[in-house]
Amino acid sequence: METRHLTCIGCPMGCQLTVTFEPGNRDSVKVTGNTCKRGELYAIDEVTNPTRTVTGTVRLKNRHMKVAPVKTKTPVPKDKIFDVAEAMMKIELEAPVRIGDIACADVCGTGSDLVVTGNID
Amino acid sequence: MKTKIAIIGGGPAGLAAAIAAKEAGVEEVLIIERDRVLGGILNQCIHNGFGLHTFKEELTGPEYAARFIEKAKELNVEALLNTIVIDISRDKVITAMSAEKGVFTIEAEAIVLAMGCRERPRGALNTPGYRPAGIYSAGTAQRYVNIEGKMPGHDVVILGSGDIGLIMARRMTLEGAKVHAVAELMPYSGGLKRNIVQCLDDFDIPLKLSTTVVDIAGKDRVESVTLAKVDAKNKPIPGTEEIIKCDTLLLSCGLLPENELSSQMGVDLSPITGGPRVDESLETDIDGVFACGNVLHVHDLVDYVSKEATEAGEHAAEFVKGASKRDSEAAIGIETGNGVRYTVPVCIRKSRLRDLLTVRFRVGNVYKDPEICVYLGDKCIQRRKKQICAPGEMEQVILKKTDIEAMNSGETIRIAIENESK
Repeated sequence: METRHLTCIGCPMGCQLTVTFEPGNRDSVKVTGNTCKRGELYAIDEVTNPTRTVTGTVRLKNRHMKVAPVKTKTPVPKDKIFDVAEAMMKIELEAPVRIGDIACADVCGTGSDLVVTGNID
Repeated sequence: MKTKIAIIGGGPAGLAAAIAAKEAGVEEVLIIERDRVLGGILNQCIHNGFGLHTFKEELTGPEYAARFIEKAKELNVEALLNTIVIDISRDKVITAMSAEKGVFTIEAEAIVLAMGCRERPRGALNTPGYRPAGIYSAGTAQRYVNIEGKMPGHDVVILGSGDIGLIMARRMTLEGAKVHAVAELMPYSGGLKRNIVQCLDDFDIPLKLSTTVVDIAGKDRVESVTLAKVDAKNKPIPGTEEIIKCDTLLLSCGLLPENELSSQMGVDLSPITGGPRVDESLETDIDGVFACGNVLHVHDLVDYVSKEATEAGEHAAEFVKGASKRDSEAAIGIETGNGVRYTVPVCIRKSRLRDLLTVRFRVGNVYKDPEICVYLGDKCIQRRKKQICAPGEMEQVILKKTDIEAMNSGETIRIAIENESK
C-alpha cells in the first residue's frame, strides 16, 4: 500500500486528505480527512489518473514578437505537462488564427489536440 | 458626439453591460476602450477555468471574452478602440482622446463605469532596496509572457499569493523559468485552493506563509531577495532571514478598483472597496451613472462580473427610457454586521426593486461552520449554514421584494456572520 497527502480543491475548506492505495487498483483507494463526497472523488482521480488541461502560447511566424494562446482540448495525464509545454515552444503558426484552429494534432501522443484559444487577425 | 449610454471600458463588465443595454432596446450604446482590442484583462488570462457558471464549461480567458465580443458585434454595439477617457463631468460629458481623433467630447444620457482594477504597485508596499530592473507586478509579467511572447526573467521569487501570482508561478515554470518560492505575508493564502494545488504543489514550488520580502539586492538588475518570517503584527522576525538568488521579483499583492475618473467627477466612493457606493440599481450617487465589475468591487469569478454588469446595463437602459428616475423616496440602508466587510449595494429604494435582489459581500476573516444571517429591522429572515467563509471568496444573499416591502419605515437591513465554530 502507498500513502499520499493531498489538499482537496473542491472548495475553500481545502481539506487535508490522506489517501492509501495499491497503485493501479482503483477499488483499493481509501480516503480520510475529507468532509464531503467531492473530496473522496477528487482523491481517487488524483491517485489513479491525475489529469490537467495545459495552456500556453505558440509563436506566430508573421507577427513580430507576438504569440497566440493555446490549450489541450481535453485534459492530459499530469506527467505529460512538461512534454506538452516543450512541444508548444517549437510550434509556429501563421496569423490570422481563430479559436478552435488545431495547432498540433494528438500533441505528444496524449490523444488530445492542441487548439488555439484566441482570435488574432 | 452624442450617445444614449456610454460604457467606460470594454472588458468583461463593459461588454456584458453593453449587450444587456442593447437587448433592453437601447439603440445607441457606445463602449470606449483604451486598448486596441475588446476583452480587457481576459485576453492575457490564457489559463482555463472561466465560465463554469455562465456556459457550464471551462474556457480560457480569451475564449470567454470572444463569446461576449461576438455577441456585442451581432447586436451592433459601437466601440471606440485605442481611445482613453480623460474626464467625465457631472452632467455626463465625456472627454476622450485618441491618436485618430485627438481630444473630443461625447455627451451621454447615462454612463456605465466599467474600468476594472489595477494591481497594487511596489510603491504601495514599502519594500526596501534599490529600484533595479526585474521587479514586475504579476499582471505585467503575464502580459509580457502571454501577449508579447517575452520572458521577464529566469529565476523568480513571487511576493503575494493572490491568484495572478499563483497562475504566473505555473506559467513561468512551463516557460522554463525556475520559481524559487511564493512568499505570503498573511498566515493563509488569498488564492483559490485549486490554484495552490495546480500551480504550486504540481511543480513543487514552496508557499511560505507569514513571510515577506525584507530586502532586494542589486542596483541595475535584481540579484537576490531576502525573505523573513513575520510575527502576529506582520513585523519581520530577526534571525529568520533567507537570501534567495534571483533575477526577477513578481508582486501579487492585491487589486485596487481604478476609480480616478469616478472620483474626478465626484462619485461617492467607499473607503473599504475603493469603488462607488451604489444602490439596488447599481446606480452611484450621481443620477444616471452606474458601476459594475472590478471598478465597483474586486471579484474572484468573471461569471459574477458578467452577471452584475448585465444588471447594470439593464438599469442604465431603464434610466434612459425614463422608466427609472430616483425621486425623493428615502433609501433603506444595508448595514454590515459581525464579520461582513462591505456589501454591494449599500442601500435599496423599495419602488425600484425587482422581485429578487442579489446582495454581494465579503467577510473579513476565515470563519468555519458559520451562518450567514439577514436581519430586517430586528427580525432574522434568513439563516444559511456554510462550511466555510473566507476573505478570498465573494459571498451573496438574495433578498425578496415582498420581504422588503413589509419593512417598517426607519428600519434597516443587516447582514452578519454568526455562530462560527472557534
